[in-house]
Amino acid sequence: MKILVPVKRVIDYNVKPRVKADGTGVDLANVKMSMNPFDEIAVEEAIRLKEKGVATEIVAVSVGPAKAQETLRTALAMGADRAILVQTDDEVEPLAVAKILKAIAEVEQPGLVILGKQAIDDDSNQTGQMLAALMGCPQGTFASAVAVDGDAVTVTREVDGGLETVKLALPAIVTTDLRLNEPRYASLPNIMKAKSKPLATKSPADYGVDTAPRLKTLKVSEPPVRSAGIKVADVDALVAKLKELGIA
Amino acid sequence: MAKTLVWVEHDNTQVKDATLAAVTAASQLGEVHLLVAGSGCAAVAESAAKIAGVGKVHLADNATLKDALPENVAPLIVEFMGHHDAFVAPATSNGKNIAPRVAALLDVMQLSDVLSVEGPKTFTRPTYAGNAIATVESSDAKLVITVRGTAFAKAKTSGGSGTVEAVSGGADAGLSSFVGAEIAKNERPELTSAKIIVSGGRALKDADTFQQVIFPLADKLGAGVGASRAAVDAGYVPNDYQVGQTGKIVAPEVYIAVGISGAIQHLAGMKDSKTIIAINKDEDAPIFQVADIGLVADLFNAVPELTGKL
Ligand SMILES: Cc1cc2nc3c(=O)[nH]c(=O)nc-3n(C[C@H](O)[C@H](O)[C@H](O)COP(=O)(O)OP(=O)(O)OC[C@H]3O[C@@H](n4cnc5c(N)ncnc54)[C@H](O)[C@@H]3O)c2cc1C
Repeated sequence: MKILVPVKRVIDYNVKPRVKADGTGVDLANVKMSMNPFDEIAVEEAIRLKEKGVATEIVAVSVGPAKAQETLRTALAMGADRAILVQTDDEVEPLAVAKILKAIAEVEQPGLVILGKQAIDDDSNQTGQMLAALMGCPQGTFASAVAVDGDAVTVTREVDGGLETVKLALPAIVTTDLRLNEPRYASLPNIMKAKSKPLATKSPADYGVDTAPRLKTLKVSEPPVRSAGIKVADVDALVAKLKELGIA
Repeated sequence: MAKTLVWVEHDNTQVKDATLAAVTAASQLGEVHLLVAGSGCAAVAESAAKIAGVGKVHLADNATLKDALPENVAPLIVEFMGHHDAFVAPATSNGKNIAPRVAALLDVMQLSDVLSVEGPKTFTRPTYAGNAIATVESSDAKLVITVRGTAFAKAKTSGGSGTVEAVSGGADAGLSSFVGAEIAKNERPELTSAKIIVSGGRALKDADTFQQVIFPLADKLGAGVGASRAAVDAGYVPNDYQVGQTGKIVAPEVYIAVGISGAIQHLAGMKDSKTIIAINKDEDAPIFQVADIGLVADLFNAVPELTGKL
């Protein structure tokens, strides 16, 4: 079984995003960029399924600028077999990404597509579910455990009240939550080896997908800032404050 | 006037609170119609019809809809969207699971986690863990949005005079089945509606210590209990306790962060709380930059003392 793993290049999760003064977006100039953390978890899960003998090949895909090659090389260094960059400088919305992935899935015929549940830049949490809809496949979102058994996959999901388990017919879409696994670091030899793994470059037009945005961003602003309050000296002073708040 | 269809979040017996914020958001767009999809859920539809401002309540009662499997639910919603202009779901785990599937089937780009309605097609929504608020206008013919529960007032649960209309549909797509759930029984207030929340972080050491230190304080205050990702990852408490960018979004009257450093991903889930109180032994912990009241102290002394003095 082949596994498709879409990965996105995003602002590194350790960086505090700054809104541009002109209100057009977030300043990404000279900011550290990395693979979306949820996508790292997706790559790791695919590799584990390959190590278990469930998967035979892992294809990493990214829709993004030329620099997204670095993100794909990271996936290859972790253990993906080959990569496809669908190159565009435009910002591509989840719906269009899902359409591109659907077209790729038609060619590659994966048994599973494993995606991050959300990207930490636009925080949309949509692409996996949209891809499942377009492919007419079942979806196991927010996964904390994945077990493939014959022509089905059992997915344990993190939901508001706790955990939920669903069984899905393959091919299926899985989106990862934080506790699915802990992604490995690529070793230096594997980083070297990744440089010679195949990476194909395509364009959205190759898949016949119109990436024109449906949403227009009119403005981006800073949220209301909270300012630091006071520090109290001891527990008694804290109790007094709680009393003022009427909760003690 | 636009006709909206709101997905009612419920457990086949009761309407969940998250629905009420979605109703408020929908009422700012136009007429509010509800969809109660489930199994043996007629009582849910009856009480949903009493929510203030609600028109029709469509009741799809079918065994295939019992567990809100998106493969079965989304096609049903798509049918309804033939005669509605906007689909509105609360940004709960069900809402987030179902809405994008509906959006893709309608060829609509969804707006996630909407914070405010600025116009018939214009909304604000958080991006970058809430560090950038985008004002976004949709150009699609229909709207699909999920609504952040803390950003809208809850619609009143009485005074409405909606009419319940049974509908068919929701056939089994044959793609997925529900195996089971481990839903934690929790006597304490639900995080998303609690007035006070006490949250614990990595500093709590282990599950036993978390219970011994955090729970008595929460119980004294009648508070809900939350946690940082680090505390959940380490197994101190189950996943449904997590507050943050990728956990629950909360905005209680009072949020007490104990042994939590204040990473942006955690702040994303609680910085709209009315009053934030932080207890941390590191006076430079970033949590103090957002806290209204800070106490620099070892939590293992301070929290039991605080619990004792309340
Ligand atoms: C993609 C992604 C998503 C994430 N989503 C979330 C999320 O939704 N929610 C979330 O919380 N995190 C999330 N995180 C993790 C986040 O980045 C932090 O790692 C996490 O919040 C840290 O948890 P913590 O504050 O408990 O632990 P730490 O950062 O380790 O902080 C522990 C604190 O306890 C204090 N302390 C230690 N001992 C004592 C003592 N005896 N008395 C008093 N204070 C003490 C320390 O001074 C320190 O400030 C996410 C990360 C990523 C990459």
